[in-house]
Amino acid sequence: MTSESLILFFIVAVVLVGGALIFSSLVPPRSFNPQKSEPYECGIPTQGKTWLQFNVGYYLFAILFLVFDVETVFLFPWATIMKSVGMAAFIEIIIFFLILGLGLLYAWKKHALIWE
Amino acid sequence: MAFNIYDLTSFNQSIDKFLYDNLPSFWAMIVEMTIIGVAFLLFYAVIGLFLVYAERKVCAFIQNRVGPNRVGPYGIFQTIADFIKLLMKEIIPIRKADQFLFNLAPFIVIIASFMAIAAIPFGLGLHAIDLNIGIFYVMAVSSLGVIGVLLAGWSSNNKYSLIGAMRSGAQIVSYELSVGLSMVTIVVLAGSMQLSEIVEAQRNGWFIFTGHVPAFIAFIIFMIASTAETNRGPFDLAEAESELTAGFHTEYSGIKFAFFFLAEYMNMFIVASIATTLFWGGWMPLHIGGWEGFNHVMDIIPPFFWYMGKTLVVIFLMMWFKWTFPRLRIDQLLKLEWKYLLPVNLFNLILMALVVLMKWHF
Repeated sequence: MTSESLILFFIVAVVLVGGALIFSSLVPPRSFNPQKSEPYECGIPTQGKTWLQFNVGYYLFAILFLVFDVETVFLFPWATIMKSVGMAAFIEIIIFFLILGLGLLYAWKKHALIWE
Repeated sequence: MAFNIYDLTSFNQSIDKFLYDNLPSFWAMIVEMTIIGVAFLLFYAVIGLFLVYAERKVCAFIQNRVGPNRVGPYGIFQTIADFIKLLMKEIIPIRKADQFLFNLAPFIVIIASFMAIAAIPFGLGLHAIDLNIGIFYVMAVSSLGVIGVLLAGWSSNNKYSLIGAMRSGAQIVSYELSVGLSMVTIVVLAGSMQLSEIVEAQRNGWFIFTGHVPAFIAFIIFMIASTAETNRGPFDLAEAESELTAGFHTEYSGIKFAFFFLAEYMNMFIVASIATTLFWGGWMPLHIGGWEGFNHVMDIIPPFFWYMGKTLVVIFLMMWFKWTFPRLRIDQLLKLEWKYLLPVNLFNLILMALVVLMKWHF
Protein backbone atom coordinates (compact mmCIF):
# COMPACT_ATOMS: atom_id res chain seq x y z
CA MET A 1 0.00 0.00 0.00
CA THR A 2 1.31 3.45 -0.89
CA SER A 3 0.52 6.70 0.87
CA GLU A 4 -1.90 7.70 -1.91
CA SER A 5 -4.27 5.05 -0.61
CA LEU A 6 -4.94 7.24 2.42
CA ILE A 7 -7.62 8.69 0.16
CA LEU A 8 -9.34 5.31 0.49
CA PHE A 9 -9.64 5.80 4.23
CA PHE A 10 -10.99 9.30 3.70
CA ILE A 11 -13.64 7.97 1.30
CA VAL A 12 -14.65 5.10 3.59
CA ALA A 13 -15.09 7.50 6.54
CA VAL A 14 -17.19 9.89 4.44
CA VAL A 15 -19.34 7.01 3.18
CA LEU A 16 -19.80 5.70 6.73
CA VAL A 17 -21.03 9.02 8.12
CA GLY A 18 -22.90 10.08 4.99
CA GLY A 19 -24.66 6.76 4.62
CA ALA A 20 -25.82 6.74 8.23
CA LEU A 21 -27.02 10.34 8.01
CA ILE A 22 -28.98 9.65 4.82
CA PHE A 23 -30.46 6.49 6.36
CA SER A 24 -31.59 8.25 9.50
CA SER A 25 -33.03 11.20 7.60
CA LEU A 26 -35.22 8.84 5.52
CA VAL A 27 -36.22 5.88 7.69
CA PRO A 28 -37.03 7.04 11.25
CA PRO A 29 -40.47 8.57 12.03
CA ARG A 30 -40.66 12.35 12.02
CA SER A 31 -42.84 14.89 13.76
CA PHE A 32 -42.76 18.65 13.97
CA ASN A 33 -43.23 20.80 17.04
CA PRO A 34 -41.91 24.37 17.47
CA GLN A 35 -40.84 23.61 21.04
CA LYS A 36 -38.81 20.59 19.99
CA SER A 37 -36.35 22.48 17.83
CA GLU A 38 -35.45 25.03 20.50
CA PRO A 39 -31.86 24.81 21.77
CA TYR A 40 -31.71 23.01 25.10
CA GLU A 41 -30.48 25.31 27.84
CA CYS A 42 -31.95 23.48 30.82
CA GLY A 43 -35.58 24.22 29.89
CA ILE A 44 -35.42 28.02 30.07
CA PRO A 45 -36.06 29.83 26.74
CA THR A 46 -32.75 31.04 25.35
CA GLN A 47 -31.99 34.72 25.96
CA GLY A 48 -30.26 37.09 23.55
CA LYS A 49 -27.51 36.24 21.11
CA THR A 50 -25.55 32.99 21.41
CA TRP A 51 -22.32 34.12 19.78
CA LEU A 52 -21.04 36.30 22.61
CA GLN A 53 -17.65 37.83 23.28
CA PHE A 54 -14.93 35.61 24.63
CA ASN A 55 -12.41 35.64 27.41
CA VAL A 56 -9.18 36.95 25.88
CA GLY A 57 -7.28 34.21 27.75
CA TYR A 58 -8.21 31.69 25.05
CA TYR A 59 -6.38 33.74 22.40
CA LEU A 60 -3.33 34.10 24.61
CA PHE A 61 -3.06 30.33 24.97
CA ALA A 62 -3.67 29.86 21.26
CA ILE A 63 -0.71 32.15 20.45
CA LEU A 64 1.54 30.39 22.99
CA PHE A 65 0.50 27.06 21.47
CA LEU A 66 1.45 28.23 17.99
CA VAL A 67 4.99 29.09 19.11
CA PHE A 68 5.58 25.81 20.91
CA ASP A 69 3.89 23.63 18.32
CA VAL A 70 6.04 24.96 15.49
CA GLU A 71 9.01 24.23 17.73
CA THR A 72 7.82 20.61 18.14
CA VAL A 73 7.64 20.31 14.35
CA PHE A 74 11.29 21.42 14.19
CA LEU A 75 12.23 18.88 16.82
CA PHE A 76 10.97 15.84 14.88
CA PRO A 77 13.64 15.92 12.12
CA TRP A 78 16.30 16.59 14.77
CA ALA A 79 15.11 13.60 16.78
CA THR A 80 15.43 11.17 13.86
CA ILE A 81 19.11 12.02 13.22
CA MET A 82 20.18 12.60 16.83
CA LYS A 83 21.61 9.09 17.14
CA SER A 84 23.80 9.29 14.04
CA VAL A 85 25.03 12.91 14.36
CA GLY A 86 25.83 12.71 18.06
CA MET A 87 27.58 15.52 19.95
CA ALA A 88 26.98 18.35 17.44
CA ALA A 89 23.23 17.71 17.45
CA PHE A 90 23.20 17.65 21.24
CA ILE A 91 24.93 21.05 21.56
CA GLU A 92 22.67 22.57 18.92
CA ILE A 93 19.53 21.42 20.67
CA ILE A 94 20.74 22.82 23.98
CA ILE A 95 21.16 26.25 22.36
CA PHE A 96 17.71 25.88 20.77
CA PHE A 97 16.18 25.01 24.14
CA LEU A 98 17.91 27.89 25.91
CA ILE A 99 16.25 30.36 23.53
CA LEU A 100 12.94 28.55 23.87
CA GLY A 101 13.19 28.39 27.66
CA LEU A 102 13.87 32.12 27.74
CA GLY A 103 10.61 32.62 25.83
CA LEU A 104 8.70 30.41 28.26
CA LEU A 105 10.23 32.25 31.24
CA TYR A 106 9.22 35.59 29.69
CA ALA A 107 5.63 34.40 29.25
CA TRP A 108 5.68 33.08 32.82
CA LYS A 109 7.00 36.40 34.22
CA LYS A 110 4.37 38.36 32.26
CA HIS A 111 1.66 36.19 33.92
CA ALA A 112 0.56 34.87 30.53
CA LEU A 113 0.31 31.36 31.98
CA ILE A 114 -2.27 32.32 34.61
CA TRP A 115 -5.95 31.94 33.78
CA GLU A 116 -7.88 35.06 34.76
CA MET B 1 -0.73 -19.36 -0.08
CA ALA B 2 1.31 -19.66 3.10
CA PHE B 3 -0.57 -18.49 6.13
CA ASN B 4 1.81 -17.77 8.99
CA ILE B 5 0.13 -16.01 11.89
CA TYR B 6 3.46 -14.70 13.21
CA ASP B 7 4.44 -12.93 10.01
CA LEU B 8 1.60 -11.81 7.76
CA THR B 9 3.80 -10.02 5.23
CA SER B 10 4.04 -12.98 2.84
CA PHE B 11 0.32 -13.74 3.26
CA ASN B 12 -0.61 -10.19 2.26
CA GLN B 13 1.79 -10.24 -0.66
CA SER B 14 0.35 -13.52 -1.92
CA ILE B 15 -3.19 -12.09 -1.84
CA ASP B 16 -1.90 -9.05 -3.69
CA LYS B 17 -0.16 -11.25 -6.28
CA PHE B 18 -3.23 -13.51 -6.67
CA LEU B 19 -5.46 -10.52 -7.43
CA TYR B 20 -3.08 -8.89 -9.88
CA ASP B 21 -2.43 -12.18 -11.69
CA ASN B 22 -6.09 -12.99 -12.21
CA LEU B 23 -7.64 -9.57 -12.85
CA PRO B 24 -6.81 -6.49 -14.95
CA SER B 25 -4.72 -4.22 -12.73
CA PHE B 26 -7.43 -1.55 -12.39
CA TRP B 27 -10.01 -4.05 -11.11
CA ALA B 28 -7.42 -5.75 -8.92
CA MET B 29 -6.77 -2.40 -7.27
CA ILE B 30 -10.50 -1.80 -6.79
CA VAL B 31 -11.00 -5.23 -5.22
CA GLU B 32 -7.98 -4.79 -2.96
CA MET B 33 -9.15 -1.36 -1.82
CA THR B 34 -12.63 -2.70 -1.13
CA ILE B 35 -11.25 -5.57 0.97
CA ILE B 36 -9.08 -3.20 3.03
CA GLY B 37 -11.83 -0.62 3.39
CA VAL B 38 -14.43 -3.15 4.56
CA ALA B 39 -11.96 -4.85 6.91
CA PHE B 40 -11.02 -1.58 8.59
CA LEU B 41 -14.64 -0.44 8.75
CA LEU B 42 -15.62 -3.67 10.50
CA PHE B 43 -12.64 -3.42 12.84
CA TYR B 44 -13.51 0.21 13.63
CA ALA B 45 -17.14 -0.62 14.39
CA VAL B 46 -16.35 -3.70 16.51
CA ILE B 47 -13.70 -1.90 18.56
CA GLY B 48 -16.00 1.09 19.05
CA LEU B 49 -18.93 -1.03 20.23
CA PHE B 50 -16.69 -3.14 22.45
CA LEU B 51 -15.06 -0.13 24.11
CA VAL B 52 -18.41 1.46 24.95
CA TYR B 53 -19.48 -1.81 26.56
CA ALA B 54 -16.13 -2.13 28.37
CA GLU B 55 -16.37 1.41 29.70
CA ARG B 56 -19.84 0.77 31.10
CA LYS B 57 -18.75 -2.47 32.74
CA VAL B 58 -15.54 -1.00 34.20
CA CYS B 59 -17.42 2.03 35.48
CA ALA B 60 -20.05 -0.24 37.02
CA PHE B 61 -17.52 -2.41 38.83
CA ILE B 62 -15.60 0.62 40.12
CA GLN B 63 -18.88 2.01 41.49
CA ASN B 64 -19.85 -1.35 42.94
CA ARG B 65 -22.68 -1.96 40.45
CA VAL B 66 -23.29 -4.74 37.92
CA GLY B 67 -23.64 -2.66 34.76
CA PRO B 68 -25.50 -3.75 31.61
CA ASN B 69 -26.66 -7.36 32.07
CA ARG B 70 -29.98 -7.78 30.22
CA VAL B 71 -29.23 -7.94 26.48
CA GLY B 72 -27.39 -11.20 25.84
CA PRO B 73 -25.07 -12.99 28.25
CA TYR B 74 -23.48 -10.40 30.60
CA GLY B 75 -25.13 -7.71 28.48
CA ILE B 76 -22.60 -7.99 25.65
CA PHE B 77 -25.18 -7.04 23.01
CA GLN B 78 -26.22 -3.89 24.89
CA THR B 79 -24.19 -1.50 22.73
CA ILE B 80 -25.43 -3.11 19.51
CA ALA B 81 -29.01 -2.59 20.71
CA ASP B 82 -28.13 1.01 21.62
CA PHE B 83 -26.62 1.56 18.19
CA ILE B 84 -29.75 0.28 16.42
CA LYS B 85 -31.90 2.47 18.65
CA LEU B 86 -29.82 5.56 17.87
CA LEU B 87 -29.93 4.75 14.15
CA MET B 88 -33.73 4.62 14.26
CA LYS B 89 -34.11 7.92 16.13
CA GLU B 90 -35.26 11.11 14.48
CA ILE B 91 -32.57 13.76 13.93
CA ILE B 92 -34.03 16.90 15.49
CA PRO B 93 -33.35 20.10 13.53
CA ILE B 94 -32.27 23.01 15.74
CA ARG B 95 -33.75 26.45 15.21
CA LYS B 96 -31.20 29.03 14.02
CA ALA B 97 -28.38 26.47 14.00
CA ASP B 98 -25.79 26.83 11.26
CA GLN B 99 -27.00 23.78 9.30
CA PHE B 100 -23.96 23.28 7.09
CA LEU B 101 -21.38 23.36 9.90
CA PHE B 102 -23.74 21.45 12.18
CA ASN B 103 -23.77 18.55 9.70
CA LEU B 104 -20.07 18.87 8.83
CA ALA B 105 -18.84 18.40 12.41
CA PRO B 106 -19.54 14.63 12.77
CA PHE B 107 -17.83 14.04 9.40
CA ILE B 108 -14.65 15.73 10.62
CA VAL B 109 -14.39 13.88 13.93
CA ILE B 110 -14.94 10.48 12.27
CA ILE B 111 -12.58 11.17 9.35
CA ALA B 112 -9.83 12.27 11.74
CA SER B 113 -10.06 9.13 13.86
CA PHE B 114 -10.55 6.73 10.92
CA MET B 115 -7.59 8.06 8.97
CA ALA B 116 -5.32 7.84 12.01
CA ILE B 117 -6.05 4.09 12.28
CA ALA B 118 -4.62 3.53 8.79
CA ALA B 119 -1.03 3.96 9.97
CA ILE B 120 -1.15 1.85 13.13
CA PRO B 121 0.84 -1.41 13.00
CA PHE B 122 -1.23 -4.22 14.55
CA GLY B 123 1.30 -6.95 13.92
CA LEU B 124 4.20 -7.98 11.72
CA GLY B 125 2.97 -7.13 8.23
CA LEU B 126 -0.46 -6.19 9.54
CA HIS B 127 -0.82 -2.50 8.75
CA ALA B 128 -2.63 -0.68 5.97
CA ILE B 129 0.06 1.90 5.26
CA ASP B 130 3.58 1.91 6.69
CA LEU B 131 4.53 5.57 6.33
CA ASN B 132 8.11 6.60 7.01
CA ILE B 133 6.76 9.53 9.02
CA GLY B 134 4.10 7.35 10.72
CA ILE B 135 4.22 8.88 14.19
CA PHE B 136 4.13 12.39 12.78
CA TYR B 137 1.18 11.49 10.56
CA VAL B 138 -0.84 9.99 13.42
CA MET B 139 -0.22 13.05 15.57
CA ALA B 140 -1.18 15.44 12.76
CA VAL B 141 -4.34 13.65 11.67
CA SER B 142 -5.73 12.81 15.10
CA SER B 143 -5.39 16.44 16.21
CA LEU B 144 -7.70 17.52 13.36
CA GLY B 145 -10.60 16.18 15.44
CA VAL B 146 -10.59 19.37 17.52
CA ILE B 147 -11.90 21.27 14.48
CA GLY B 148 -14.97 19.05 14.51
CA VAL B 149 -15.51 19.71 18.22
CA LEU B 150 -15.16 23.47 17.75
CA LEU B 151 -17.54 23.46 14.77
CA ALA B 152 -20.09 21.39 16.71
CA GLY B 153 -20.09 23.83 19.62
CA TRP B 154 -20.10 26.90 17.43
CA SER B 155 -22.91 25.89 15.08
CA SER B 156 -25.33 24.55 17.72
CA ASN B 157 -26.80 27.95 18.66
CA ASN B 158 -26.46 26.96 22.29
CA LYS B 159 -24.43 28.87 24.87
CA TYR B 160 -23.40 25.77 26.79
CA SER B 161 -22.17 24.09 23.63
CA LEU B 162 -20.12 27.15 22.75
CA ILE B 163 -18.50 27.29 26.20
CA GLY B 164 -17.76 23.57 26.02
CA ALA B 165 -16.20 23.89 22.57
CA MET B 166 -13.96 26.80 23.57
CA ARG B 167 -12.78 24.98 26.66
CA SER B 168 -12.12 21.90 24.61
CA GLY B 169 -10.14 23.94 22.08
CA ALA B 170 -7.89 25.49 24.73
CA GLN B 171 -7.40 22.12 26.41
CA ILE B 172 -6.62 20.01 23.34
CA VAL B 173 -4.35 22.68 21.91
CA SER B 174 -2.37 22.91 25.16
CA TYR B 175 -1.95 19.20 25.75
CA GLU B 176 -1.03 18.61 22.11
CA LEU B 177 2.41 19.98 23.02
CA SER B 178 3.04 17.45 25.74
CA VAL B 179 1.88 14.57 23.55
CA GLY B 180 4.18 15.75 20.76
CA LEU B 181 7.21 16.27 23.00
CA SER B 182 6.90 12.91 24.72
CA MET B 183 6.68 11.30 21.25
CA VAL B 184 9.87 13.16 20.25
CA THR B 185 11.58 11.75 23.34
CA ILE B 186 11.00 8.23 22.06
CA VAL B 187 11.88 9.14 18.48
CA VAL B 188 15.29 10.25 19.79
CA LEU B 189 15.77 6.83 21.34
CA ALA B 190 14.49 4.87 18.33
CA GLY B 191 16.11 7.07 15.68
CA SER B 192 13.14 6.68 13.31
CA MET B 193 9.62 7.99 12.81
CA GLN B 194 8.41 4.86 11.02
CA LEU B 195 6.13 2.97 13.40
CA SER B 196 7.22 -0.50 12.23
CA GLU B 197 10.88 0.43 12.74
CA ILE B 198 10.16 1.79 16.22
CA VAL B 199 8.60 -1.57 17.09
CA GLU B 200 11.49 -3.45 15.48
CA ALA B 201 13.96 -1.44 17.61
CA GLN B 202 12.26 -2.92 20.69
CA ARG B 203 12.97 -6.53 19.79
CA ASN B 204 15.52 -6.84 22.60
CA GLY B 205 13.47 -5.03 25.22
CA TRP B 206 10.57 -2.60 25.36
CA PHE B 207 11.50 1.08 25.49
CA ILE B 208 9.88 1.59 28.86
CA PHE B 209 12.46 -0.84 30.31
CA THR B 210 15.46 -0.10 28.09
CA GLY B 211 15.00 3.67 27.88
CA HIS B 212 16.22 4.40 31.40
CA VAL B 213 14.42 7.08 33.50
CA PRO B 214 13.48 9.50 30.67
CA ALA B 215 11.37 6.88 28.87
CA PHE B 216 9.41 6.26 32.04
CA ILE B 217 8.83 9.99 32.64
CA ALA B 218 7.81 10.36 29.00
CA PHE B 219 5.27 7.55 29.41
CA ILE B 220 3.67 9.20 32.45
CA ILE B 221 3.49 12.55 30.66
CA PHE B 222 2.10 10.86 27.55
CA MET B 223 -0.64 9.16 29.58
CA ILE B 224 -1.71 12.40 31.30
CA ALA B 225 -1.58 14.45 28.11
CA SER B 226 -3.35 11.91 25.92
CA THR B 227 -6.14 11.50 28.47
CA ALA B 228 -6.62 15.25 28.24
CA GLU B 229 -6.38 15.18 24.45
CA THR B 230 -9.22 12.72 24.13
CA ASN B 231 -11.43 14.88 26.36
CA ARG B 232 -11.80 12.18 28.97
CA GLY B 233 -12.20 12.50 32.69
CA PRO B 234 -10.63 13.98 34.85
CA PHE B 235 -10.11 16.43 31.96
CA ASP B 236 -13.65 16.24 30.53
CA LEU B 237 -14.34 19.97 30.92
CA ALA B 238 -15.69 20.14 27.39
CA GLU B 239 -18.69 18.03 28.35
CA ALA B 240 -18.84 18.63 32.09
CA GLU B 241 -22.38 17.33 32.51
CA SER B 242 -23.00 19.03 35.85
CA GLU B 243 -22.27 22.51 34.43
CA LEU B 244 -22.80 22.36 30.67
CA THR B 245 -25.47 19.61 30.23
CA ALA B 246 -23.38 17.76 27.62
CA GLY B 247 -21.02 20.43 26.31
CA PHE B 248 -20.35 20.56 22.59
CA HIS B 249 -22.73 17.74 21.63
CA THR B 250 -25.77 18.89 23.62
CA GLU B 251 -27.85 19.58 20.50
CA TYR B 252 -26.89 16.45 18.59
CA SER B 253 -29.44 13.68 18.48
CA GLY B 254 -29.77 10.19 17.06
CA ILE B 255 -26.95 8.87 14.88
CA LYS B 256 -25.06 12.18 14.87
CA PHE B 257 -24.63 11.93 18.62
CA ALA B 258 -23.54 8.31 18.18
CA PHE B 259 -20.75 9.44 15.87
CA PHE B 260 -19.35 11.84 18.46
CA PHE B 261 -19.51 9.09 21.02
CA LEU B 262 -17.81 6.61 18.67
CA ALA B 263 -15.08 9.11 17.79
CA GLU B 264 -14.32 9.68 21.46
CA TYR B 265 -13.75 5.97 22.05
CA MET B 266 -11.78 5.53 18.84
CA ASN B 267 -9.52 8.42 19.81
CA MET B 268 -8.93 6.65 23.08
CA PHE B 269 -8.03 3.50 21.15
CA ILE B 270 -5.63 5.45 18.93
CA VAL B 271 -3.73 7.09 21.78
CA ALA B 272 -3.60 3.77 23.64
CA SER B 273 -2.19 2.02 20.59
CA ILE B 274 0.39 4.78 20.14
CA ALA B 275 1.39 4.34 23.79
CA THR B 276 1.69 0.59 23.14
CA THR B 277 3.80 1.10 20.03
CA LEU B 278 6.14 3.65 21.55
CA PHE B 279 6.59 2.39 25.09
CA TRP B 280 5.34 -1.17 25.42
CA GLY B 281 7.00 -2.75 22.40
CA GLY B 282 4.04 -2.89 19.98
CA TRP B 283 3.45 -6.50 18.94
CA MET B 284 6.68 -7.77 20.52
CA PRO B 285 6.16 -10.55 23.08
CA LEU B 286 7.40 -10.20 26.64
CA HIS B 287 10.89 -11.63 27.01
CA ILE B 288 12.91 -11.93 30.19
CA GLY B 289 16.64 -12.42 29.75
CA GLY B 290 17.80 -15.91 30.77
CA TRP B 291 14.32 -17.47 31.11
CA GLU B 292 14.43 -19.57 27.93
CA GLY B 293 11.34 -21.67 28.64
CA PHE B 294 9.26 -18.63 29.56
CA ASN B 295 10.35 -16.80 26.39
CA HIS B 296 9.35 -19.76 24.22
CA VAL B 297 5.88 -19.86 25.79
CA MET B 298 5.49 -16.10 25.18
CA ASP B 299 6.51 -16.53 21.53
CA ILE B 300 3.56 -18.88 20.93
CA ILE B 301 1.02 -16.06 21.40
CA PRO B 302 0.48 -14.35 18.00
CA PRO B 303 1.64 -10.70 17.64
CA PHE B 304 -1.87 -9.36 17.03
CA PHE B 305 -3.04 -10.66 20.41
CA TRP B 306 -0.02 -9.14 22.12
CA TYR B 307 -0.81 -5.84 20.49
CA MET B 308 -4.51 -5.83 21.39
CA GLY B 309 -3.81 -7.06 24.90
CA LYS B 310 -1.36 -4.28 25.65
CA THR B 311 -3.65 -1.68 24.10
CA LEU B 312 -6.59 -2.86 26.19
CA VAL B 313 -4.49 -2.64 29.35
CA VAL B 314 -3.61 0.98 28.55
CA ILE B 315 -7.28 1.70 27.78
CA PHE B 316 -8.27 0.15 31.10
CA LEU B 317 -5.79 2.48 32.80
CA MET B 318 -7.47 5.47 31.15
CA MET B 319 -10.93 4.26 32.23
CA TRP B 320 -9.60 3.84 35.73
CA PHE B 321 -8.44 7.50 35.68
CA LYS B 322 -11.86 8.65 34.59
CA TRP B 323 -13.78 6.95 37.34
CA THR B 324 -11.35 7.71 40.20
CA PHE B 325 -10.23 11.33 39.87
CA PRO B 326 -12.45 14.40 40.32
CA ARG B 327 -12.73 16.83 37.41
CA LEU B 328 -10.21 19.70 37.20
CA ARG B 329 -11.09 23.38 36.82
CA ILE B 330 -9.91 25.14 33.66
CA ASP B 331 -7.27 27.20 35.47
CA GLN B 332 -5.86 24.10 37.18
CA LEU B 333 -5.86 22.33 33.84
CA LEU B 334 -3.86 25.01 32.06
CA LYS B 335 -1.53 25.44 35.02
CA LEU B 336 -0.78 21.70 35.03
CA GLU B 337 0.18 21.79 31.37
CA TRP B 338 2.12 25.03 31.05
CA LYS B 339 3.83 25.19 34.44
CA TYR B 340 4.51 21.53 35.15
CA LEU B 341 4.27 19.18 32.17
CA LEU B 342 5.86 21.44 29.55
CA PRO B 343 9.05 22.38 31.49
CA VAL B 344 9.43 18.80 32.76
CA ASN B 345 9.00 17.55 29.20
CA LEU B 346 11.63 19.89 27.75
CA PHE B 347 14.07 18.90 30.46
CA ASN B 348 13.25 15.23 29.94
CA LEU B 349 13.98 15.52 26.21
CA ILE B 350 17.48 16.87 26.91
CA LEU B 351 17.99 14.08 29.43
CA MET B 352 16.98 11.52 26.81
CA ALA B 353 19.36 13.08 24.27
CA LEU B 354 22.13 12.81 26.87
CA VAL B 355 21.24 9.16 27.55
CA VAL B 356 21.39 8.34 23.84
CA LEU B 357 24.64 10.28 23.43
CA MET B 358 26.38 8.55 26.35
CA LYS B 359 24.82 5.17 25.42
CA TRP B 360 23.40 4.79 28.93
CA HIS B 361 20.30 3.02 27.59
CA PHE B 362 20.29 -0.75 27.91
